Amino acid sequence: MQTVKMVVTGPFNSGKTQFIQAVSEIDVVSTERRITSEAERIKENTTVAMDFGRITVDADLVLYLFGTPGQKRFDFMWEILSEGMLGFVVMVDSTRPETFREAKSILETFRAYAPTPYVVAANKQDNDEAWPIEDLRIALRLAPEIKLIPCVATEREKVKTVLLELLYSILAEMETS
Amino acid sequence: MALKGNLRDFSTTQLLNLINLAKKTGTLVVEGPNQAAQLAFRNGKLIYGQLAQEDGNLTSILHKAGKLNDEQARVLRERAARSTDKELGLLLINAGYVSQTDILLSIRAHVLDIVYRLITWVEGLFRFEQGVMPSEDRITVPIELENVIIEGARRMREWERLVEELPSLDMALKFTEHPNVNIRDMKLSVEEWRVVSFINPKNSMKAIAKQNNLTDLEIRRIVYGLLQAGLVEVIRPEGAPRPLPFGLSPRKPSPPTPAEKTAARGLVNRLIARIRSL
Repeated sequence: MQTVKMVVTGPFNSGKTQFIQAVSEIDVVSTERRITSEAERIKENTTVAMDFGRITVDADLVLYLFGTPGQKRFDFMWEILSEGMLGFVVMVDSTRPETFREAKSILETFRAYAPTPYVVAANKQDNDEAWPIEDLRIALRLAPEIKLIPCVATEREKVKTVLLELLYSILAEMETS
Repeated sequence: MALKGNLRDFSTTQLLNLINLAKKTGTLVVEGPNQAAQLAFRNGKLIYGQLAQEDGNLTSILHKAGKLNDEQARVLRERAARSTDKELGLLLINAGYVSQTDILLSIRAHVLDIVYRLITWVEGLFRFEQGVMPSEDRITVPIELENVIIEGARRMREWERLVEELPSLDMALKFTEHPNVNIRDMKLSVEEWRVVSFINPKNSMKAIAKQNNLTDLEIRRIVYGLLQAGLVEVIRPEGAPRPLPFGLSPRKPSPPTPAEKTAARGLVNRLIARIRSL
């Protein structure tokens, strides 16, 4: 059995878990937990390791989708998760400009980890507050050749489009390398 | 109780604040992953600083401050190697090379430069050696810590922001294909021009900084400005490994064979077909 993985990354609460949930054939294995004890709440609200989902391609091939912990304090996990990935998706919450800088920073960090193809998914494009795609491109300082794809992480077809665009980029990269 | 710990848990600005409030006298020794530094204090005032990899003598300080030219510094290093900083300072003042103010301001700038570098360190073991003072031959200049702490905190915020924007200095730069402005029309500083002259997909930012003797903060500050102006973009350095994204053999050193390439393409096409069918 061959397994390959893609990583879904982005700031905290950008929609990574929903994205994976939309296409995973198993319930997303989420290690997110809300801390209920008041004493612990003072220290931190949640403890998050990672999420993962699975898509069985055929009898010999399985694709795993790994969602990175969005909180900065878990960034030591990012490099581990990025090892051997086929490509990665950077999720951006189009309605929260205060997270754009962090999204860009995460993108640059992952680019430094691995020279694999990636796409940026502009999530929550169904929301009235969402920034238009071209404004987002400027805000995130994305070069024209980088795919910035409108997305609604709860809609399977939109998520499929993002994953397919990433796979097309991977294929194109293979042709040129 | 020994004042020691790690900058991870207690930052340089917090340490300076403590030393200032407690009016401490002694030397703060910080050993970072790549470098080490010492700062000396008397009654809560900063009086001296030295980085481990620099000699920190008066000739070097005045040379760095532009008060001595290359030739003067060379001659002094050869002929006055045995003089203490105090003796050398008197000699230079009497010879009319520099004034007393030049010396004091240069030392002050040198010490502040070390403190502001230290403020950007996020990791490093520190200990405060109570009562330990620099050797008698060094010239000390008392500096009030309040303004240093305020400026340090400002630089720390700037540093954090710049690291967020440019997390890795291993990446390279290239000029954007259609910049909004012509670089020739821009008013760049000498340092900025020097960085611009090294922009090349083969040069990492770390290499450019090393070539120009810039700190991590300085190179990030300059690159951030160039990025904001839309003049450059961050790219992976040319020649950096670009493994075929198999997912299964990411660290294979040899280039993929045609058969491996075909297999990889086949794998991706299978994934595409499966995703489409979802």
